[in-house]
Amino acid sequence: MTIEETQKAIIEEFSLLDGDREMSVMYLMDLGEKLPPLADEHKVDFNLVKGCQSKVWLIAELKKDRVYFSADSNTAITKGLVSLLIRVFNGHLPEEIVSADLFFMKDIGMDRFIGTQRSNGFAAMIQRMKQHARSFQPQSDVKA
Amino acid sequence: MRPEASFMELDILSLRKEFPVLDQAVNGHPLVYFDNAATTQKPKSVIQSLVDYYSGYNANIHRGIHTLAEKATRAFEETRESARQFLNAAEREEIIFVRGVTEAVNLVASSFGKMVLRPGDEILVSGLEHHSNIVPWQLAAEALGAQLQVIPVTEEGELDLQAFEQRLSKKTRLVAVNHASNSLGTINPVKHIVERAHAFGAYVLVDGAQAAAHLDIDVRDMDCDFYCLSGHKMYGPTGVGVLYGKRSLLEKMPPYQGGGEMIKEVTFEKTTFNDLPYKFEAGTPNIADVIALNEAIRFIQRNGKAAIRHHENELLGYATTRLQKVEGVRLIGTAREKVSVQSFLLEGMHPFDVGQLLDARGIAVRTGHHCTQPLMDRFGIEGTVRASFAVYNTRDEIDRMIEALERISSLRR
Repeated sequence: MTIEETQKAIIEEFSLLDGDREMSVMYLMDLGEKLPPLADEHKVDFNLVKGCQSKVWLIAELKKDRVYFSADSNTAITKGLVSLLIRVFNGHLPEEIVSADLFFMKDIGMDRFIGTQRSNGFAAMIQRMKQHARSFQPQSDVKA
Repeated sequence: MRPEASFMELDILSLRKEFPVLDQAVNGHPLVYFDNAATTQKPKSVIQSLVDYYSGYNANIHRGIHTLAEKATRAFEETRESARQFLNAAEREEIIFVRGVTEAVNLVASSFGKMVLRPGDEILVSGLEHHSNIVPWQLAAEALGAQLQVIPVTEEGELDLQAFEQRLSKKTRLVAVNHASNSLGTINPVKHIVERAHAFGAYVLVDGAQAAAHLDIDVRDMDCDFYCLSGHKMYGPTGVGVLYGKRSLLEKMPPYQGGGEMIKEVTFEKTTFNDLPYKFEAGTPNIADVIALNEAIRFIQRNGKAAIRHHENELLGYATTRLQKVEGVRLIGTAREKVSVQSFLLEGMHPFDVGQLLDARGIAVRTGHHCTQPLMDRFGIEGTVRASFAVYNTRDEIDRMIEALERISSLRR
């Protein structure tokens, strides 16, 4: 699936929740629980995403030119949020991630049910993931 | 009125009508506001007072000779007199208007700290303190070569008074402690603490942020050297608070900030400072909010602290009993004497997640470390869910929170 297709699938899943805040939050928490936990050795300050009120550890690796993220958080909702991003980005080329236009959050009305602080944290996660992807791009492609 | 009670029971449902903000739906549910330890809602009289000032007699105070300035000055100084009575201070000159407790502690730590702290001195703070009653002392200690010492906290969330006694010595210059804890609600035996500290020649600052809306305050009986409160935690506006200090100390203290209002005469060679309380009120003060604070004090006096406390104690007792029965709830803070604050955890869930789910049902609580990280470390937790009650809260609202928690607890198990 392309980044766009995955986003559309997420929008469709959330549309079944009918905009119900409680159900949406519960669903996010369920998603978070399905995210494989990160090994303790990765849960270090270096891997913390700055700008999140909750703790979010994020690592990235490149396998056969494709980027794979793993993450964990101390709160279930945040784990659910980062799991959505992992689902959207994993297995894509660095340049696809760098240039990706993320629209699913707006379509599912995410800032309504997670609030401003978490929305800011979510933006920080996206930024960090794009930074990782950028670092995997060949030097010549990196714009100053 | 019951014969043994010295107050009338409050009619909470009609009292609630004085708070416009409470009458609304949040996320499709009637708002339940249990974040009162962070800030209380404001009665109409406080809101109206702000409107009246800005639409009727906005003017800069003290040096104006025109009618509006006269009216604004009178209203401003009336609040000072009300605050003096509220705290039972001896003189109006001992009442300094500040932005809130944070500024009050910074003022004392900076000005009084400079005056009395010497290298090797000790500042004793309690393990229950808000960061605002820790960090200014750390800054002062660092600048002046003093050391910070801590009064430990028991498993119930009370101050360990034996350990307090052991930490007091001739080196103790200052003790900074809250009247009531914002995270756990614990009411501290401040009068005893002051007495013991004074016996060692130490001064005492009491942070009354969490006490002002709930407890009787008598600074003369308590004999504290400084006491401070924030208006917005006692039904008043944000950005205004009161620092009480003993006149004998305030007179000797150097100014905290320089500027207008606080001077007597300025030349480029030398400036002489104004008398109390103006010496500590540099610049145009927060006139509107100071004036509106008077209405907040009147609101509390009108209902009476005894009646307010009676109602809040009932709410706290009811909430605690019901919370204990919710599967997976662990109470944090079970001191014998508490203001209406209950912190708790829901097993296996982060406080942020619990808070978000409660918010989805229109229930506002606070989650996190509540600006008391050392206290959270003491309990080995990252934070808590905190429900804090004010005079306008009801048992029905507690029922709604319990219902929501039971649902969360069952769904997440």
